[in-house]
Amino acid sequence: MVSSNTSIVVDDVSKIFTMHYHRSLKQIMVAKVRGLPLSETFQALTDINFEVEQGESVGLMGLNGSGKSTLLTLINGVLKPDSGTVKTRGRVAGLIATGAGFHPQLSGRDNLFLNAAILGMSEAETHRKFDEIVDFADIGRFLDTPVSHYSSGMSARLGFSIAIHVDADIFLADEVLAVGDKPFKVKCMAKMQEIRQQGTTIFYVSHAAASVQHMCDRILVLEGGHLNYDSKLVDGGSVEGGIKFLHYDDEEPDAPGDKNGISALADSALGAEI
Amino acid sequence: MSGGAPTSREERREARASHPMAKETIEESRDGRKRNAAKRARKMARKKADSMPVVEALEAPQQTRVVEGELVTPAPAGGVVGLFKAPYLLRLLVRREIAKMYSASVLGLLWSYIQPGLRFGVYYLVFGVLLDVQRSLPNFAIHLFCGIVFTHFFSEVFNGGTRSIWENRTLVKKMAMPRETFPIAHVIVGYYHIFPQILLLFICCLLSGFRTDLTGVVALFLGTAIISVFGMAVALLFSAVNVYYRDFQNVTGTITQMLHFMVPMMYGWDRIAGFQPTHPVLVQLYLANPVCDSVILLQRFFWTGVNMADGDLGHNAELPPHMLERGGITLACCLVFLVLCQWAFSRLEHKFPERL
Ligand SMILES: Nc1ncnc2c1ncn2[C@@H]1O[C@H](COP(=O)(O)OP(=O)(O)OP(=O)(O)O)[C@@H](O)[C@H]1O
Ligand SMILES: [Mg+2]
Repeated sequence: MVSSNTSIVVDDVSKIFTMHYHRSLKQIMVAKVRGLPLSETFQALTDINFEVEQGESVGLMGLNGSGKSTLLTLINGVLKPDSGTVKTRGRVAGLIATGAGFHPQLSGRDNLFLNAAILGMSEAETHRKFDEIVDFADIGRFLDTPVSHYSSGMSARLGFSIAIHVDADIFLADEVLAVGDKPFKVKCMAKMQEIRQQGTTIFYVSHAAASVQHMCDRILVLEGGHLNYDSKLVDGGSVEGGIKFLHYDDEEPDAPGDKNGISALADSALGAEI
Repeated sequence: MSGGAPTSREERREARASHPMAKETIEESRDGRKRNAAKRARKMARKKADSMPVVEALEAPQQTRVVEGELVTPAPAGGVVGLFKAPYLLRLLVRREIAKMYSASVLGLLWSYIQPGLRFGVYYLVFGVLLDVQRSLPNFAIHLFCGIVFTHFFSEVFNGGTRSIWENRTLVKKMAMPRETFPIAHVIVGYYHIFPQILLLFICCLLSGFRTDLTGVVALFLGTAIISVFGMAVALLFSAVNVYYRDFQNVTGTITQMLHFMVPMMYGWDRIAGFQPTHPVLVQLYLANPVCDSVILLQRFFWTGVNMADGDLGHNAELPPHMLERGGITLACCLVFLVLCQWAFSRLEHKFPERL
């Protein structure tokens, strides 16, 4: 049942993308004449059901194209589900897929204010946190150059810095730091641990099993748009169980040469517990 | 060189296919293509397994965070009305649009005055002097200026509004926000442009002698309301349609160009009124254009005001009859149209992120 500290409710959610093959009139005519379909649909998510309590830290894993980013965009409110409902309580912030929602022609400063406003911060609040955000992003004198001149790491830094300083109730992180350098990644993970400790709901998408294991107390595994593992519902489920479920640590039957190197790497990454 | 390339590629492919080991691999990948894809993905994922550093959880026990408020759908509550209730975001976007005009051009914002200024000059010379419209139309410059102001406003809103969502696609795709903000911001930018023009017009009128009456003042407000509501509606509708069919942003320029000839500014109303007996329907259609109505209402305030001060109220200085009633009806229609456009926008906006 929905209790008073439920943070996210995802109820029977499906998302179907329409892929449009033919756009110009000529292409449409040709397709009509040849009897080709004008568009094709793709079901990215199928009947997803789960609830997240406030303060829970949820890891979302799955192979490429399994629908992780799509699910996060639905929770973020950018997309609407085709069926089912998504509900959230409180302010939602975060970054979805690599790169922030910046306007390329605007300076970092303008984008900072714009993003903060979109995320629900008032003008006074933004001014108060401005220095903190800029310090954390550490983009130096590029603050007043257009974002199109930023390296991808720099815009990811700024985007993350804004999102994490919003004081959101729900924080979504989708491989945001894939382009960041190691020191910044460490800084971000530490910051995320900090807001996790403060009781923010965290949704963390990553392929890095060890990192998910340390950040999250629950794991969801998506496979081809189906939610196939929820450590809260499965008997004896755990984050480690979810990672096992993904078969990241499967034997590699046809690559004996590689095996030792990679498995050793993976083992160390998964931690000694496994 | 280029002639030899395909043959050598062919040869290479043949060589590869005839290689016993390679053949085996190809066969195998055909068999279990799906399994292999998954395997490859897993392999990649495993390589990434330690791509993120591990940071231990903090020692302190987790605090409980009490969140006020209900469970709601995370999609932003859209609607033009909602925008004006929380105007901070709108203000930021407007300031940004204006800053964009300044940037990377020497004359900056002056361009938005040079353009209508030049147009005014050309129309004045060609129609006023060359075709001698000014002889039959007293205070022709004011007559023309009124038309230029509102058609300029409408082109700004129509052109800018239509492109607005497409131009801000990086934001629309990633951030949850009321998307009406983008087209509506262009309406505000339009005000920003025409306010100094109206001021200038007013000063010119005062200098050449100006009188007004209640009808004139009502006409001024009615005209402004009509063009604002109509501009908003059109910007909303076409910004959304333009996401689906990018053709629209190419058409807007032509339409606004045509609009200059569809309002009585370089010719007097008497020219159109002359068709009343022979083509009554066409004349009514001409007057059904909200931009046309708002221009006439603006002329009722400024141009008629100057004419009244001159004491010259010949038949040429006349405007269509019952303009206030007509304006009221047009405003009501535009409001209905705005509601319809908002409805259409809300229907279309769900798919913006995936279509951009
Ligand atoms: N706008 C779109 N139109 C059509 N198909 C889309 C669209 N966006 C996503 N998809 C499809 O939906 C599926 C899920 O995509 P999604 O980005 O959610 O995957 P993901 O789990 O985040 O993958 P990754 O690990 O690579 O980030 C993919 O197959 C993708 O092709
Ligand atoms: Mg993704």
